[in-house]
Amino acid sequence: MKLLPERLERWLATLETLERSDRMQMLIDVAERFPRVPPRIAQRPYPTERRVPGCESEAYVWAEPKADGTLTYYFAVENPQGISAMALAAILGDALSGVPLEEVAAVPADVVYRIFGRELSMGKSLGLMGMVNMVRAAARQQLQAPIQQTKEGE
Amino acid sequence: MSKSIEERGYSNTDVLVSTDWVQEHLKDPGFRIAESNEDPLLYSSNHIPGAVEIDWTRDLNDPVRRDYLDRRGFENLMRRIGASPDTTIVIYGDKNNWWATYAFWVLQLFGHVHAKVMDGGRLKWIKENRPLTREVPKYQPSQYQAPKRDDTRLRAFRDQVLKRLRRKLPLVDVRSPEEYRGERLHMPEYPNEGALRGGHIPGALSIPWGRAVNQEDGTFKDAAELGKIYIEENKLRPADDIIAYCRIGERSSHTWFVLTYLLGFSKVRNYDGSWTEWGNLVQVPIENPSAERRDEAAA
Repeated sequence: MKLLPERLERWLATLETLERSDRMQMLIDVAERFPRVPPRIAQRPYPTERRVPGCESEAYVWAEPKADGTLTYYFAVENPQGISAMALAAILGDALSGVPLEEVAAVPADVVYRIFGRELSMGKSLGLMGMVNMVRAAARQQLQAPIQQTKEGE
Repeated sequence: MSKSIEERGYSNTDVLVSTDWVQEHLKDPGFRIAESNEDPLLYSSNHIPGAVEIDWTRDLNDPVRRDYLDRRGFENLMRRIGASPDTTIVIYGDKNNWWATYAFWVLQLFGHVHAKVMDGGRLKWIKENRPLTREVPKYQPSQYQAPKRDDTRLRAFRDQVLKRLRRKLPLVDVRSPEEYRGERLHMPEYPNEGALRGGHIPGALSIPWGRAVNQEDGTFKDAAELGKIYIEENKLRPADDIIAYCRIGERSSHTWFVLTYLLGFSKVRNYDGSWTEWGNLVQVPIENPSAERRDEAAA
């Protein structure tokens, strides 16, 4: 079985040991600390090509090259009720930024079920998986045609 | 200022209550406020004081089969939230009350007629800066006795839908126009809406559920505006035998609620198998305008 990036495994290990109510509470706390995309990366109105398809929480994803060739991932969630999207954004940003691109590209989108549990609606799970897929796509793109770190992003 | 519920001309004003009304009844023991959402974190993040959570997957669905909970399951749910057959369940939720109307519909399958929906749902309550809490209330469990679930009046199944294709009875597809037209979402690696085929059931009218809602505050449009959409524009009549569907029956329960209670249609059923069943069935007829356009372009 392919291993997930170490920090993501740590998140999952923590979440999966919690009772449902405690897991929900932890995810809410994570969502409340979700770091919004900094203005130097993007400002409203955000470009539609950065919007996650199928995500009704209006999530956006950006990736910024780092000096070591990996990426830092940034997110915006425009729907104030999109708490699950915010929690996922916080986890993905923390767990996958700076991780080797091959590992990020290999993260399965259905990892969202390990984070939130199996009880997601189809619409909700498609939106959340769309966020993971946008991050994976950014990693794949960087692998294929690397964009160099910009001075502003140093 | 928007019209009060009583001023909107609905056929039944008893099933819809305002946020003001709910705030006035927060401590009324005859009512049980219940929140039903798609997002599993929302209730835990905050909710109306005294509100219980009715989770659509854990509380309303059978854990194994694709079906709703049975009589025992419904009794357990109602006992857990301390409701008796006389308790009025006031439901609200996210997504302009998709899931609230879904829960309302399930209540009706068990004949729990004492139920209301809070107009505007969770978002309106929050936008109006009304009280919220994270405290999960505890109610004395009840001894609720439920009848057997009755699927005959309000629920439609695929064979009934197939039969009506021949009889040309009205079907209402309440999904987005893109789903209706069978255009795939740009979601690589995943089937379109959980179905192997895109498109719609032949002859179905496309009336997206969201047209019934005022976008600015999530409240239902008044009866005159709803009548323009469903009766004038789409030629539905209040005595028609109508089946509504969407993807899994959640958005179509919203339209079922609108047609049945707000416009007074007498025979509306919800096909909860919806597109996730129909779009996977072998050899059933499907209309897919986007595929037909692609065929024409290739010819």
